[in-house]
Amino acid sequence: MAVTFALPRPTARNGVPRALRRPVTIVALCILALLIIAAIAAPLLTPFNPVSNELADAFQLPSGKHWLGTDEFGRDLLARIIYGGRVSLVGVAEAVAVYLALGLTAGIIAGYVGGVFESIVVWIADVAFALPQIIVVLTILAIFANDSSAAMLALGLLGAPGLAVFVRGATKTVRAEPYISAARVSGLRTAQILIRHILPRIASPVIVQVALFAGTALLFQTGLDFLGLGTQPPAPSWGAMVSDGANYIGKDTWMVMPAGIVIVLAIVSFNLIGDALQDLRGDRVSASAVSVGAAIPGTGALTEQHIPGTISPERAAAPVSPSAVLSVRDLCIGTDSAPIVRNATFSLEPGECLGIVGESGCGKTMTALAIIGLLPEGVRTTSGSVLFRGTELQGASEREYGAVRGSGIAMISQEPAASLDPSFTVGDQIVEVIRRHSRLSRAAARAESLSLLAQVRLPDPAGVARRFPHQLSGGMAQRVLIAIALAGKPAVLIADEPTTALDVTVQAEILELLRSLRTEMGLAVVLVSHDWGVIADSCDSALVMYAGQVVEEAPIDAVFTRPRHPYSYALMESNPQRAAETRSILPSVPGSVPPVGQWPVGCHFAARCAFATDACREAPIALDLVADQHWTRCIHPTAVPSPALPSPTTVSEG
Amino acid sequence: MLRALLRRLLLSIPLLFVVSILTFVLTGLTPGDPAHTILGTNATPAAIAAINKTLGLDKPIWVQYWHWLTGLVHGDLGKSIFSSEPVTTILANSLPITLTLIIGAVIVSVLVGIPIGVASAQRSKSSGQLIDAFSLVGYAIPPFFLGLLLTLLFADTLGWLPPSGWVDPGEDFGGWLLSIVLPVLTLAIPGAAIVARQTRQGMLEVLSRDFIRSLRARGLSGRSIVYRHALRNSLGNVVTLLGLYVVGMLLGTTLVETVFAMQGLGSIAVVATNQHDLPVLEGAALYFTIVVIVAFAIVDVTRAALNPKLRTR
Ligand code: SF4
Repeated sequence: MAVTFALPRPTARNGVPRALRRPVTIVALCILALLIIAAIAAPLLTPFNPVSNELADAFQLPSGKHWLGTDEFGRDLLARIIYGGRVSLVGVAEAVAVYLALGLTAGIIAGYVGGVFESIVVWIADVAFALPQIIVVLTILAIFANDSSAAMLALGLLGAPGLAVFVRGATKTVRAEPYISAARVSGLRTAQILIRHILPRIASPVIVQVALFAGTALLFQTGLDFLGLGTQPPAPSWGAMVSDGANYIGKDTWMVMPAGIVIVLAIVSFNLIGDALQDLRGDRVSASAVSVGAAIPGTGALTEQHIPGTISPERAAAPVSPSAVLSVRDLCIGTDSAPIVRNATFSLEPGECLGIVGESGCGKTMTALAIIGLLPEGVRTTSGSVLFRGTELQGASEREYGAVRGSGIAMISQEPAASLDPSFTVGDQIVEVIRRHSRLSRAAARAESLSLLAQVRLPDPAGVARRFPHQLSGGMAQRVLIAIALAGKPAVLIADEPTTALDVTVQAEILELLRSLRTEMGLAVVLVSHDWGVIADSCDSALVMYAGQVVEEAPIDAVFTRPRHPYSYALMESNPQRAAETRSILPSVPGSVPPVGQWPVGCHFAARCAFATDACREAPIALDLVADQHWTRCIHPTAVPSPALPSPTTVSEG
Repeated sequence: MLRALLRRLLLSIPLLFVVSILTFVLTGLTPGDPAHTILGTNATPAAIAAINKTLGLDKPIWVQYWHWLTGLVHGDLGKSIFSSEPVTTILANSLPITLTLIIGAVIVSVLVGIPIGVASAQRSKSSGQLIDAFSLVGYAIPPFFLGLLLTLLFADTLGWLPPSGWVDPGEDFGGWLLSIVLPVLTLAIPGAAIVARQTRQGMLEVLSRDFIRSLRARGLSGRSIVYRHALRNSLGNVVTLLGLYVVGMLLGTTLVETVFAMQGLGSIAVVATNQHDLPVLEGAALYFTIVVIVAFAIVDVTRAALNPKLRTR
């Protein structure tokens, strides 16, 4: 009655995974293969009998006859190693067999079926984990004297619960995937699902565990033989050979080496294979976690960053306002392979609030980070200038930046909770910043920290100061971050999406707080947001960015009453309020931002623009002055209609 | 913190029972052995029966276990079958040796491993590969072999240190210090390597987190960020690793004590195994288990002290 429909099978791997092709891994595999083959084919490989004494040949160094020398009875060391491998490798195989059979079975059932069985497995593992294995193995050996197999089977038994818990976890993860439920619905029997669908998926992590356990088992096996508890003389075994050699170490230093080195090589090989498989899994994880720089697809060598003609002569020549506290000119940011931001220019007067608007991936955050020199690894400023109170920051050393960060320019970011060190109290973290930027005593800094917490309108500052970050709500955390940002008495605050992670009511409170801090302290603010509503609410002027370029810059009223760039207009029309509530990014601007490295030659927005003409696609578009203080990077600025959006003042009241 | 400790101790009670019952059941399987050990292999059945009666081995296993448990409550673990010495006396002499080795190895691993890990986290990838290679080999060298190599170098060749033997610190402190250098080093070399590796990986992980950028944006010095913030947040996993290291070291100390001819818990247990001296072995099992429990309790408390999420809600 089984309904048949195609089940997606685990994707087959193309050939041998890369981590397994690394030279060290191959060497490790070869060493193990060699040891195993040698142990099996021992009589074919060596003419010597490992247990027959040739006293005349005792204590020889390696020679043509005895490649690895001889021991105190004149027995050939190579022969003893080859034959000795039998005991050691069989011992490892015994332990691994029990470990794998019990651990895998129990784990996969516990993970798939769950229930009481699962609880029992977990409990047993908890106990087994803390069980001193050596003492259990010794007890076994006290009863079954010199029975190496009994000891190794016991070791496998002791290790199995650990594997079971591991397998249980892996199984649960796979079980949750849709194709497993599809398999269940299709009427496959549980056993079939376990063997055909779950087992192949968890095989590779399980092999990692087995490889590492095999290393431990070999350590145990040789250790027991070394202690004289396993293989008895004159039978050869690696552990006993080391102990033999130890007895004569004063007389013959060499004798202990071959067996010792073989043990090390074998254990290293087991671990290397385990590591390689682990890296194989790690690669996938880290591939997604690499820094922006590496993740950006390359477009060949980065040619010139500054594209001549993308800025009109007037804009480039516009004098730096002498009163500006922050002035960014012609800033270009990029990786080695692609530009991320081109020719960003803007300035900020004391107490002013400048909004930087745009969808994600337009370069807003990179611009903000570039100002205080905190670009992620692989990304750097390629040209341009950042003047803070007339001092050039572009190219500044860490030390020079240290003098500006926190005390000149402060920053708060999108995820308040992730911006605090989880190990320290709020109070400690503020005090640290205060003391970094002033000469206050610890007590005075503590008092100051409380007044800062009060200044950001946190009720019960003393109570908050004692809390740890995980004990704060999102809104409280953002207030704390603002307090920390104020601790160095900065002139400029860069707020990167400060409210995106917060509830709507909390958002409004935080924006209100920022507004009042500006008036109280004359703080200039750069507010980065994807939300026109937030910008309209707080800013004096706006800078619109699209695909790495400033596309429009104007006083806030001007841009709202008469946007001159189709992108600004499209963003406004896309109902930012709703987008903010659902936290989606502007669902109604059709199309998406071209990824870094794939920008068109002409207008970056052309592909999504309703007013695009052939002229737009031909050559780079310059940023031009179209009205007083109103700049746009569009050759059809007059085509842009006025939005049906409430004016900024009504937005702020709403 | 108290809760973590209580939880750990509650988990430990079943563990103690499991270990003691396990050793008892296993030893109960071969009731003839102690008598044979004492009388030799060609003893008459009557003599064996007599010995079994004096040792209480003629009684059912659970009665023997009960006797052992009640003895335990009174601090009595029975007598060695071999030497008739009380087990507690034998173990009391050997416990300090084993603890010295374990604690010494942990201290050296931490003092060496953490600074290396921190330093390498701030440097190039190649220093990380060096640490990886060291910990790979450190992990793979059996302690008995490493111990021999160190003895060969520092005792036999250079003559700086005694090759073996335990010196009572009460009698000769300097001699004691010299006598433990090699065994502690044998255990600590792999320990330092894995601690360095864990520290490096932990530091790199923490340094890539968001809050590190925020700390930099506040103008804090690199020194404060690395040593105060990143290190503090990496230590939790290092402590967990040290707990596992201590458990793993029980095999290590057993081997090292044998190599360096010290009468620690491990070598006592090995001798007892050879002699079928089950009361001593049972006592050693109990002590080993307690060492593990205490180690885990210390790990739990330290982790709670380092991580506010574990001690506050
Ligand atoms: S330049 Fe052309 S394509 Fe670009 S925004 Fe203006 S009208 Fe649209």
